[in-house]
Amino acid sequence: MLVVYHPSQVLAKINSLQVDQPTPAPGPNPPRVYNKTMATETVTLEGHVIDSLILAKVLDTILQRSGTFTIEEMHVGATREDASTATIAVHADSPQRLAAILHAIQPHGAMVEHAVDCTVEPAPKDGVLPDAFYATSHLPTQIRLDHQWLDVDAIEMDLAIRVTLDPPTVRTVPMADVKAGDLIVTGRTGVRVFPLERPHERDVFAFMAADVSSERPHPPMIADVAKRMRMICDNRLKADRNGEAACDPDPGTKVLFVGGPAIIHAGGREALSWLIESGFIHVLFCGNALAAHDVEAGLFGTSLGYGLRAGCAAPHGHEHHLRTINRVRNAGSLAQAVESGLIQDGVIASCVRQQVDMVLAGSIRDDGPLPGVITDTRQAQAAMRAALPGVGLALLVATTLHAIATGNCLPAKVPTVCVDINPAVPTKLSDRGSFQSIGLVMDAASFLRQLAQELGWEG
Amino acid sequence: MARLLVCPPDHFGIRYEINPWMRVSNAVDKDASLAQWRTLTRVLEQDAGAKLERMTPVQGLPDLVFTANAGVLHDGTAVVSRFRHPERRGEEEHFARWFKEHGYRVIHLDENCYFEGAGDLLGFPDTWFAGYRQRSDVKAHRVLSDVYGKEILPLELVTSRFYHLDTCFCPLSNGELLYYPPAFDAYAQATIADRVDERRRLVVSHAEATRFACNAVCIGSHVVLPSGCPETTARLQDRGYTPHPLNLDQFLKSGGSAKCLTLALD
Repeated sequence: MLVVYHPSQVLAKINSLQVDQPTPAPGPNPPRVYNKTMATETVTLEGHVIDSLILAKVLDTILQRSGTFTIEEMHVGATREDASTATIAVHADSPQRLAAILHAIQPHGAMVEHAVDCTVEPAPKDGVLPDAFYATSHLPTQIRLDHQWLDVDAIEMDLAIRVTLDPPTVRTVPMADVKAGDLIVTGRTGVRVFPLERPHERDVFAFMAADVSSERPHPPMIADVAKRMRMICDNRLKADRNGEAACDPDPGTKVLFVGGPAIIHAGGREALSWLIESGFIHVLFCGNALAAHDVEAGLFGTSLGYGLRAGCAAPHGHEHHLRTINRVRNAGSLAQAVESGLIQDGVIASCVRQQVDMVLAGSIRDDGPLPGVITDTRQAQAAMRAALPGVGLALLVATTLHAIATGNCLPAKVPTVCVDINPAVPTKLSDRGSFQSIGLVMDAASFLRQLAQELGWEG
Repeated sequence: MARLLVCPPDHFGIRYEINPWMRVSNAVDKDASLAQWRTLTRVLEQDAGAKLERMTPVQGLPDLVFTANAGVLHDGTAVVSRFRHPERRGEEEHFARWFKEHGYRVIHLDENCYFEGAGDLLGFPDTWFAGYRQRSDVKAHRVLSDVYGKEILPLELVTSRFYHLDTCFCPLSNGELLYYPPAFDAYAQATIADRVDERRRLVVSHAEATRFACNAVCIGSHVVLPSGCPETTARLQDRGYTPHPLNLDQFLKSGGSAKCLTLALD
């Protein structure tokens, strides 16, 4: 006799199995949730596991031993004779606890998916990776080394993964930085990449998944950006008062601002300066131009020779930025130019006063450049990477090359807001595939003013 | 007509200890065991009307007498047991040979996949239940389910005294179930309750469970069970069965009784 189950009965049964946590409804490939603090292993359970309550027992056992689980895939047999299959990701807060859970559930038929260690090969020369090197994405990644899954530190797209064995460390490495003999992960076995969990906050970052908006109303989106900045600043205060350990690692402790010179041309200087002076921005990435025109605006009232108030070209205005750069070079550094009173206001002055971590990366067409501009691109990349830990929000405003360069260095979990009058820039950024990147097609100055006003600016 | 495989206890004895009932010091009375086994086979053949197939006993394999652990047979296919304890692994080739010689398609499990035959696989026509954790592995049930196209519900056995499903669980021909709930974990008890309604579940007391009341052979309305289980005997009578209580205490020394001494051939 063939007894056919009604799906509702099966679902009711699965739901009734739960004690402490709701079971995700069976469905096709729900994303594996990644949490850096968790150890994870995937197990499969096959057979008549629903009516025998074996599935319930396995899930209960995981919970009773302080683990959690995600049902990644569930195939329920259509008839009594058909077996069911569940693929379960088991999470625990330590590898030891995970091992204890796996030990407890294996006698009930939970089979650990066949997992193998990753393969590594030595780099053949300085600056050269083994031919089959694994190229990273910007998503959270783990490699399996000596039967343990380990997080890849400093994840960033388009890098390789370097491991050391004693002690075991796993970190991304740019091609050019690799040394002959470094052990580099090759192939794809023993490497797993986790899709990102949607953010917990119910704000624009949660709902505007990788969206580029030129038509949606901007004010609510900007309000959410402001809210996120406040959250990070609160977290930063907590860290300052009670140490890094006391703060919540999730929102981060730094806001990164990446800007282009159009901010100054468009009239966003005051609002941006206010945001920096008020402590809402903690890292600045820019090129020679933003800094040069910001200082030029302070010294001459022009930006690239155009009077910011008069709105027309100043006589011999094209020389202003060169004279500006020359004076700062004479002062020795931007910081010294601020301390000496040469630079009194503006973006750079605020950054110096607020001790914002500045990385000025040069380009081939730079005049000068200003002192402090890093003209070696590899050194600039390294300086940018060094400033990224702790960044919980990146504002990429009115710059194409710096925005894309920064986007490439950021892990996917860092929310980014790309603002540009040219839709191509936010679109290119959103193509990175982050859940949490939003693009605003709007004028930089309008964005900065609205953002500053949301945060209390009265200008 | 029910056909059962049995094996005379010529070499039966306690030579090792692989369950809590076995004590090497608790020697088997050879004549008594032979007499008890003969009575059992006579009752099965004459009273219950079964046809018995007799295996040839093998020196050095004292537990070959417990044919329930030979494997499982259904629709002409035999899955041979893979014993957890090395002490019994020598039996596997003899059982496999017997199955082959009698026309069964013989399937062997992976050598690391333990399964102890009909001792751990019993059921009603629609649903089979399988004991695991003590002797058989739950993963074996998955293979058996594929081989036979049957629903097999694994039940966790939680005490070493009731190490096989047939020591604590006995489906009867009219749909009743004789069983001892404390031998199972809570999930298994819930599964049994879900599949066998309350009025058909005959719970055996602790005293009679430890006398192996559940290790009974049911052939039609006849139930052959160990003696010393008056409550169970009376309840079987109430339900319209004809109980045949037999003294099988020599086999209890090894942790077996009527059911362990037979294997249904169908």
